[in-house]
Amino acid sequence: MTLSAARVAASAESPSPVEKEISRAPRKRSTKQRAKYALTIALFLLPSLIPLLAFIIGPMIAAAWTSLHEWNLIGPMKWVGLDNYTTLLTDPGTQQAFLHTVYYIVGYLPLVYIGGLALALALNAKLKGRAVLRGVYFLPVVTSWVVVALVWRWLLNPSVGVVNWALGLIGIQGPGWYTDPAWSMPSIILASAWKDLGFVMVILLAGLQTINPDLYEAAEIDGAGWWRRLFSITLPMLSPSTFFVVVLSLINGFQVFDQVYVMTGGGPNNSSRVVVQEVYDLTFRYGQAGMASALSWLLFIVILIITLIQFRGQKRWVNYA
Amino acid sequence: MRNRFGRISLYVIITVGALFMLFPFVWTVITSVSPGASLTTTPQLPAHPSLSPYAELFQRVPFGQVIVNSIIIAVAGTVLQLVTSALAAYVFARMPFRGRGAIFVVYLATMMIPFQVLIVPLFVEMKTLGLINTYLGAILPTIASAFGVFLLRQAMSTVPYELDQAATLDGAGHFRVFFQIMLPLIRPALATLAVFAFLNTWNSFLWPLIILRDPLMQTLPVALSSLQGQYSTQWDVLMAGSVVSIIPMFALYVFAQKYIVQGVAGTGLK
Repeated sequence: MTLSAARVAASAESPSPVEKEISRAPRKRSTKQRAKYALTIALFLLPSLIPLLAFIIGPMIAAAWTSLHEWNLIGPMKWVGLDNYTTLLTDPGTQQAFLHTVYYIVGYLPLVYIGGLALALALNAKLKGRAVLRGVYFLPVVTSWVVVALVWRWLLNPSVGVVNWALGLIGIQGPGWYTDPAWSMPSIILASAWKDLGFVMVILLAGLQTINPDLYEAAEIDGAGWWRRLFSITLPMLSPSTFFVVVLSLINGFQVFDQVYVMTGGGPNNSSRVVVQEVYDLTFRYGQAGMASALSWLLFIVILIITLIQFRGQKRWVNYA
Repeated sequence: MRNRFGRISLYVIITVGALFMLFPFVWTVITSVSPGASLTTTPQLPAHPSLSPYAELFQRVPFGQVIVNSIIIAVAGTVLQLVTSALAAYVFARMPFRGRGAIFVVYLATMMIPFQVLIVPLFVEMKTLGLINTYLGAILPTIASAFGVFLLRQAMSTVPYELDQAATLDGAGHFRVFFQIMLPLIRPALATLAVFAFLNTWNSFLWPLIILRDPLMQTLPVALSSLQGQYSTQWDVLMAGSVVSIIPMFALYVFAQKYIVQGVAGTGLK
């Protein structure tokens, strides 16, 4: 949505010629009619505008204000300027939380992208029963994060879980998964990739369907093999979908929380502590609302910068032919 | 010959893959009918399958109430989101005025704001309004969706102007055009948004976790997560709870698959 949002925003700036023609009508008319037009607009717009202001934009600004204070949610606020930010930037715990979040993204993104691409390519071919197969791969997408995390906690249970039991059958001693600091993040990544694979597949399938089949025919006549066609036709033509997946995954990846909260709670030994877990704990466990707001703003700024960089960089590799 | 071999191996690979995707669900269901599943050292099929974990689940947690809570919050959120989004989308598609483009950009910009930034002020706001532990507190932040406005505006933009002009010439006002021409014509987009809104509110975790502290007010995901906090080794009961919260989503998915896929595939790339 972010991708097309920018393009559509530009188009919304100026009304289309037909719209101009329609809109001329009320302007020529009396003040009374103009007032009626304005009133109609208000009636249509306010039901969404008021909640957006009250529950998103307002709180957003309030969070910025709170982030400049020391505050425990109950007592009076104490102005501290940018202290919260400087404290956070030099705090090893925060740096670690950001590192873990990046670790999550770096593990998760290639896994869902390559997996999703392979699935999309396979299920784009005319196969009997492909609708059912697509449906199966998509099922985890409609499942809630809490359920996904719970189910994987059970599957990966080091002592009685089915995964380690199956690994044992083929002579592999399974790791401690979410109970082992070295394996907690990989466990979370595995569960997340399982959940999102179908989502990426559907987006890439939609992209594949827009590719002109003539291109493949021409390439085949020229003697291009499967890999050559993949790298010279499919991937370049798929770049808008890839861009969408990458942008969205990074935005969501920085906000990873639900599965971490349920699977590991950030442990063991803080090995899977991510930024949002830190925001949550600062607010509701340590009563440091000002610090929590500052951290959430830092997170927002990071997401914003990374998204902007991607939009800047897209000209180099995204092909909107 | 080679082609046929390739086809068969492709089939085998994606079918095996699909079985791997399905296995966690299958195992969840099996565990949920195996009382004492957590006590055995090797995973096995239940010798005496029984629904007793479900009975235990409903005894321990006010699960009936929790399901009702989830339904109320998801349905109300979805309906309100549809109404507010459709109304706003109509303005952005059909009622030009000075400054409209700027307002639309503000709407779109709210899609970029991570929810975490809003936690503290929203919590304080709800506390001031006395809405902690209420349905209203859980629903209010979800009733306006910039994504919904955007999706429906896209759909309305594809409706030919001739249709509303004809109606306008017949003396229809904007309300008539909206209800009698626009809404019926964008039904598929409305269905897509309805499915997404329901999915998101039903599965939503962080905000309900914060605002609904009372066990009698909790939604399914929150109740499940606190259940795991208290009975972290009772896997049969936990899996029973998971099955209960998956079923409505799977039912919805089977009925609305078309709209879900349309929504995922269509919004980002057109």
